[in-house]
Amino acid sequence: MAETSLTFKGTPAQEEKLKAVIEQNKALPGALLPVLHEAQEIYGYLPIEVQQMVADGLGISLSEVYGVATFYSRFSLTPKGKHQINVCLGTACYVKGSDKILEEVEKKLGIKSGECTPDGLFSIDSCRCVGACGLAPVMMIGEEVYGKLTPKEVGKILDKYINEEGGQQ
Amino acid sequence: MTLEELNKIKKENEELVMVRKVVKEQGEEMAKHTGYRKQVLVCGGTGCTSSGSKKVLAALDKALKENGLEDEILVVRTGCFGLCSLGPIMIVYPEGCFYAQATPEGVERIVKEHLKEGNIVKDLLYKETVHEDGSIISLSETNFYKKQMRIALRNCGVIDPENIKEYIALDGYQALYKALTTMTPDEVIQEVLDSGLRGRGGGGFPTGRKWMFAKASPGDIKYVACNADEGDPGAFMDRSILEGDPQCIIEAMAIAGYAIGAHKGFVYVRAEYPIAVERLRIAIKQAREYGFLGENILGTGFDFDMEIRLGAGAFVCGEETALMTSIEGNRGEPRPRPPFPAIKGLFEKPTVLNNVETYANIAQIIYKGSKWYSSIGTEKSRGTKVFALGGKITNVGLVEIPMGTTLREIIEEIGGGIPNGKKFKAAQTGGPSGGCIPAEHIDTPIDYDGLIAIGSMMGSGGMIILDEDTCMVDIAKFYLEFTVDESCGKCTPCRVGTRRLLQYLDKITQGKGEMEDLEKIEELATHMQKSSLCALGQTAPNPILSTVKFFRDEYLAHIQDKTCPAGVCKSLIRYEIIADKCKGCTLCARNCPVKAITGTVKQPHVIDPEKCIKCGVCMSNCKFGAIVTK
Repeated sequence: MAETSLTFKGTPAQEEKLKAVIEQNKALPGALLPVLHEAQEIYGYLPIEVQQMVADGLGISLSEVYGVATFYSRFSLTPKGKHQINVCLGTACYVKGSDKILEEVEKKLGIKSGECTPDGLFSIDSCRCVGACGLAPVMMIGEEVYGKLTPKEVGKILDKYINEEGGQQ
Repeated sequence: MTLEELNKIKKENEELVMVRKVVKEQGEEMAKHTGYRKQVLVCGGTGCTSSGSKKVLAALDKALKENGLEDEILVVRTGCFGLCSLGPIMIVYPEGCFYAQATPEGVERIVKEHLKEGNIVKDLLYKETVHEDGSIISLSETNFYKKQMRIALRNCGVIDPENIKEYIALDGYQALYKALTTMTPDEVIQEVLDSGLRGRGGGGFPTGRKWMFAKASPGDIKYVACNADEGDPGAFMDRSILEGDPQCIIEAMAIAGYAIGAHKGFVYVRAEYPIAVERLRIAIKQAREYGFLGENILGTGFDFDMEIRLGAGAFVCGEETALMTSIEGNRGEPRPRPPFPAIKGLFEKPTVLNNVETYANIAQIIYKGSKWYSSIGTEKSRGTKVFALGGKITNVGLVEIPMGTTLREIIEEIGGGIPNGKKFKAAQTGGPSGGCIPAEHIDTPIDYDGLIAIGSMMGSGGMIILDEDTCMVDIAKFYLEFTVDESCGKCTPCRVGTRRLLQYLDKITQGKGEMEDLEKIEELATHMQKSSLCALGQTAPNPILSTVKFFRDEYLAHIQDKTCPAGVCKSLIRYEIIADKCKGCTLCARNCPVKAITGTVKQPHVIDPEKCIKCGVCMSNCKFGAIVTK
C-alpha cells in the first residue's frame, strides 16, 4: 500500500508513553476517556492502531474503544493539519455571520470543514462556542484566537500562514 | 486548620483585597497598610486572553520594571469582569479607573503617566466612565454594572483565582466551617431548601430537594458531582466562574458532601476550557494544602476529596444521566429516569449533581443565611441569575441580575442597546432547548416560570439578542442543525425527529415550503416532546415552536411569498446594486467569481441574477454600501 498521510507512523517513544499512561490510569474507574484524551495528545489523533493498543492495555474490546472514540467530537480518527483551523459556529458568532467566515476559509484552502489539505498543513473544523463571544465572529488557528472577523480579513490572515510555509494553496 | 488560623489568613489579606471593593478614599487609606501604593487588575479570562491580555500583562511587567515601580504596584491577574466586548480590561485601584481595550502601547503610557506621575490617562478609559466635565466614575456606577447584583460572580474580576488566600480574605471557607461545626447535615439541607435556590443549569429543580433525596437514599458510598459541561453555544458563565473563582465550587461541593454523606466529588468539565481546567487544578491543589480537602477537614473528622474529569465535546453530556455515563468511561448516552441519580447515580451510587452556577451560590447561602438569599428575586425564583449576553448588543458579556429583572432593563440599560441603530427583534434564551422572546414581551420579568409561560426557558443562561437583520426561520434552522449533530442517537423520536424537523426547515428556507408543513412540524414536535428519552429531544422542537408562534408572518413570507424579509436565506434573496450609490469603481466586477457583474468605469454596474451565485463577495468588497440584498 502506498504511503499516504493516513498511514500510521507511530514511534516506539510514543508507544512507550501511551503504555505509561495506560498503566497509570488502569485502576481508575471510567479510565477510557482520560486515556483517550492522553492518547490523542501523544499521537495527535486516534487511528485504529492506537485504539487497539488502548483496548489491549485496558483489557476491553476494540469495539468498545471505537464506540467511545467516535461518539465524542473532540476525538479524531484522522490526522489534523499542522495548523488546525477552528471556526466558531456558536450562536453569538453565527448571528454575526460566522457561516460566511467558514465559507471563506473553505474557499481559500480548497477543502471542506472536517478535511485536511493534502500537504498536511491545514485542517478546518467548525466548533460550538470557544467562549469568546465578545469577539464574535471568531476563529482559532492553533491556540491563536482571531476575533471580530470579516471574510476579507480571513484571507489576509490565511495568507500570512501560507507565506510562512513558503507555499501556495 | 482551625477557625483561628482561618481568620488569621483572612485578616492578613483582607485589606489587600478590600482595596478593590470599597470607595476610593477608603481604599487609599487601606492601601497604606498593604505595602502597595496601587494595584493593577488585568483580566485573564478566556475573552480577554483571546483579545490579547497576555501581551498586556507582559508589557505591564516590563514597563513597571523600567520605571522602577515593581515593588510599589501590585499586578493581579483575575478572572472575568463581565464586559468581554471591551477586553483586554485593566483596572487601577484604589481609584477604580477602568481602562478598556488595553494595548501594550497604551500600557506604557498608563504606567508612566498614571502609575508614576499620578495623572489618569483619560483618553484610554472606558468612555462611559468619563463625564463631559472630565470627572471620572467608578466601574460599579456604569450602566452595565449598576443594575447587576453579584452573588455567583461575587469574586470574579476581584480576586486572583490562583491564590487561595485572596478567596479566604473575602469570607472564603467560612461557610464550610460554619456547616461542619455548627450545623447538622439536615440543617444544611434545610437552609438550602429555605433559600429557594433552584438548579441554574436549566431544569430549575429545587437544589435542596435534590440533596434531601440523596441524603435519604440508603448506601455507604455516595457522590457529589458538578456539571461544568457547558454546552449551550453562547453561554459561558460556568467557564467564567471556574476561571475567576474556582475555590467557591470546591467549598460548595464539600458542603454538599457533608450534607448528603459523600466523601468524593467529581467535576465534569469541557476539555475545550483549558484555562478553567488549569485554574481548577491549581485550586484543588491549594485547597488540599490548606486542609479544606482531604481527611479530617478543619479538624471535624469529615473527609472529602475531588477530581476533575474532562468532557470530550458532546452536548448531550449536559444531561445528568448522560454525564454520569460519560464519567464512567462510556458513550455519553442518557438512560431512563427513574431511577433518579439521587437514588442510583454515578457508579450506581446515590449522587447529587448540580451545575457550576448553582454551587457558586451555596457558600453565600450557608454563610449569610437562607433568609437573606430568599429576600432576593421573585416568589418562585429566588436569588440571581447570570446571563451570557451576546449577539446584536453593545455590551457583550456576563451579567448577573436579580430574578424578576425585565428583558428591557437587560437590553436597554445593562446591555447598552442594539448597535448601529438597528431595531430589537427578539431575545433567544435557553439555547437549543429554548425559544425566542419577541419585542412585544420585552417587559416580561425574567424568572423560571415567566420564561416558560412565553414558550422559552431559562436554560443555562445564554441570551442572544437578535435584530431586524436576523431571519427567524434561519435561526430555528441553526438550532436544529445543532441538535441533529448532537442527538446521541439512542432514542428514535430525537434521532429521527430532529432530522425530519430540519428537513422541513430546509424546504421552507429554499422556498419550497407548503402551508401543511407548519401543521406537520407542530404534530411532530408534540410527539418528540412526549416520547423522547431525555431533555435534549424533548426540548429540541422549542426553537421552531416559539418562532412559529411569534414570527408566523416570517414563515408565511417564506412559504407563500417565497421571500426572506430579513434578507438572509440564500435561495430567496437576490443581490442588487443601487445605481445612485454606485461610483463605478469596478471592484465588485473584478472580484466576482462568476463574472456576473458588468458595467463600465465610473458608471453604475449591474448584477445578472441568472449568473449570480449569491456568494456575497461583491457586498463585502463594496466601499460605498451600494450593494443590497432583496
